[in-house]
Amino acid sequence: MTAAHAELAGRVHTVTEDAVRRSLSTVFDPELDEPITELGFVRSIRVDGGPDPTVRVHLRLPTSFCSPNFAYLMASDSKDAVAAIPGVAAVVVELDDHHDSDLINTGLAADAGYRGTFLHEAEDSLEDLRRIFRRKAHTAAMERCLTGLLRADPALRVEDVGGVGLRDLLPGRETDALLRRRTALGLSGDPDAPVLVDDDGRPYPAEAVPLALRRARSTRISIDGNAHFCRGLLRTRYEGSGADQAFRSEGAEPADHHPLLPLTVKESHP
Amino acid sequence: MYSKDGENYFIVDAHIALWDARPENQRSIHGKQFIDCFYDYHRNLSPESETWSYEDYLYQGGERLMKDLFTDGYVDHAIFQSAYLGEFYHRGFGQTEEAYGLASAHPDKLTYNHCFDPRNGEAGLDQLRADHERMGFKGVKLYTAEWHGDSRGYKLSDPWAYRYFEECRALGIKNIHVHKGPTIRPLDRDAFDVSDVDHAATDFTDLNFVVEHVGLPRLEDFCWIATQEPNVHGGLAVAMPFMHTRPRYFAQIIGELIYWIGEDRIQFSSDYALWTPRWLVEQFVDFQIPEDMTEYAPLTIEQKKKILGLNAAKMYDLPVPAELQLPDAGETATGPRQPERADLASAQ
Repeated sequence: MTAAHAELAGRVHTVTEDAVRRSLSTVFDPELDEPITELGFVRSIRVDGGPDPTVRVHLRLPTSFCSPNFAYLMASDSKDAVAAIPGVAAVVVELDDHHDSDLINTGLAADAGYRGTFLHEAEDSLEDLRRIFRRKAHTAAMERCLTGLLRADPALRVEDVGGVGLRDLLPGRETDALLRRRTALGLSGDPDAPVLVDDDGRPYPAEAVPLALRRARSTRISIDGNAHFCRGLLRTRYEGSGADQAFRSEGAEPADHHPLLPLTVKESHP
Repeated sequence: MYSKDGENYFIVDAHIALWDARPENQRSIHGKQFIDCFYDYHRNLSPESETWSYEDYLYQGGERLMKDLFTDGYVDHAIFQSAYLGEFYHRGFGQTEEAYGLASAHPDKLTYNHCFDPRNGEAGLDQLRADHERMGFKGVKLYTAEWHGDSRGYKLSDPWAYRYFEECRALGIKNIHVHKGPTIRPLDRDAFDVSDVDHAATDFTDLNFVVEHVGLPRLEDFCWIATQEPNVHGGLAVAMPFMHTRPRYFAQIIGELIYWIGEDRIQFSSDYALWTPRWLVEQFVDFQIPEDMTEYAPLTIEQKKKILGLNAAKMYDLPVPAELQLPDAGETATGPRQPERADLASAQ
């Protein structure tokens, strides 16, 4: 083998289905704040081998009438994520069974962009939309942490929650998730920083704390409820799709039982 | 009427439809997609014993509706909330004449609410006046996600919507039922955004705005608007069946609504024929907030009676037997109803 051949061989990347799935796991449903791979939205991945690998991805959603802006956003993010895999020559992402499938798939194939895809219906960009839901995700994460603390420490009063700092939170998944979401919003991760803050990182005056926490709770309830409902609708719509869904513990109930995961939920007493 | 444990409940089903989604009425693939989406909702949230075949689901007709609601379903009075969906169905989705005819034949049992679309401009206003003269309805159902030519949705805050609300005011149409679907105008925003309800409710304080599906999937935004606007109400269509599959989520929905808008502004609906009222009424009367959810007070029998019928009866001036009536809660018109309940620790 000549040196030139060896150098060439070193540059050849084998694109695997796993690599595609890993790249798709960075694509989030903005509303549910979860990777599309965990929601079961990835219907199929096909890698056509050869010297110029083409990756074909099919996506599916819980209903034909899921918001087209979110649908486009996930499909477009998917195409970008897969295209960034070293060695991928071409990417085809198609959204199946949606009322705007034709429009979105045509736009994706032509790399027309958001405004090129939706024409008169698009005004600006989807960045504001992303921001709205990043904020909601942070609000919900904040409430989960604080409510967890309130339940764990009967001495802590709701009025005093405004004084809770990041350092006071219980270590674990929920705190990690909060820190990630603070980072996404550009909020401080300083251990002394207050947990209960508005979208811009400002703490609330003492008298506004209980209501702020209650509002955050309704946001958390809404997101958890939507996440489970969307999962359920996908399972209803596509038989067997439950096997592609990761279990979501936030807001889980006995009916959300995942065949592959144990679940214990406190019994309710009607 | 539903009776259990010595208590009698006056039942108003505040959101029903008489639809025709059979293939011969479908204008395009979207008509099929729409009813398939409904059917998935139905299959996903119904108990197995209450799940219909797809054929039954496409069309029920008046006779079956009367049986499901009044013979089997404990309902005393039901209110048609029509969805036109003219872009999806040749003769519309909700069957206007059939529903109006049925309501005319059974005025003691059925109320017919009409619909309009502000994008029909002046011609639509003329139509609204003519329709009102003929049918004399007290309420309208607006579906802001309705497709209309190259528009795929409108907002209640649009200038033309305001023209129609002014007309409603003039005609005495007081009850504006709103369904927020995934509209896409502007596409860059949250498709389920309910803030336009806030604008309209603020500017038309003499109209009632009943937000169907309690704003789902935007429960939190709905609650925040409704707590500030005394003329905003919540319809429980689509929220009810969560009792069966996700009782803890349902408890949270009801708990949040009682906290933010109070027991006098929540209305029961089966959303027939998405679901039938019988099992929903039975389960709701038996329903209770789980004990470990200390952030909510337990539901009282009075609250259940108001939600199941008395609130909607009041809005529509329906006669309720004297022994079944209840006084208003006398709660604050705006702001949270149970501030002491904001303290998780208070009940521990």
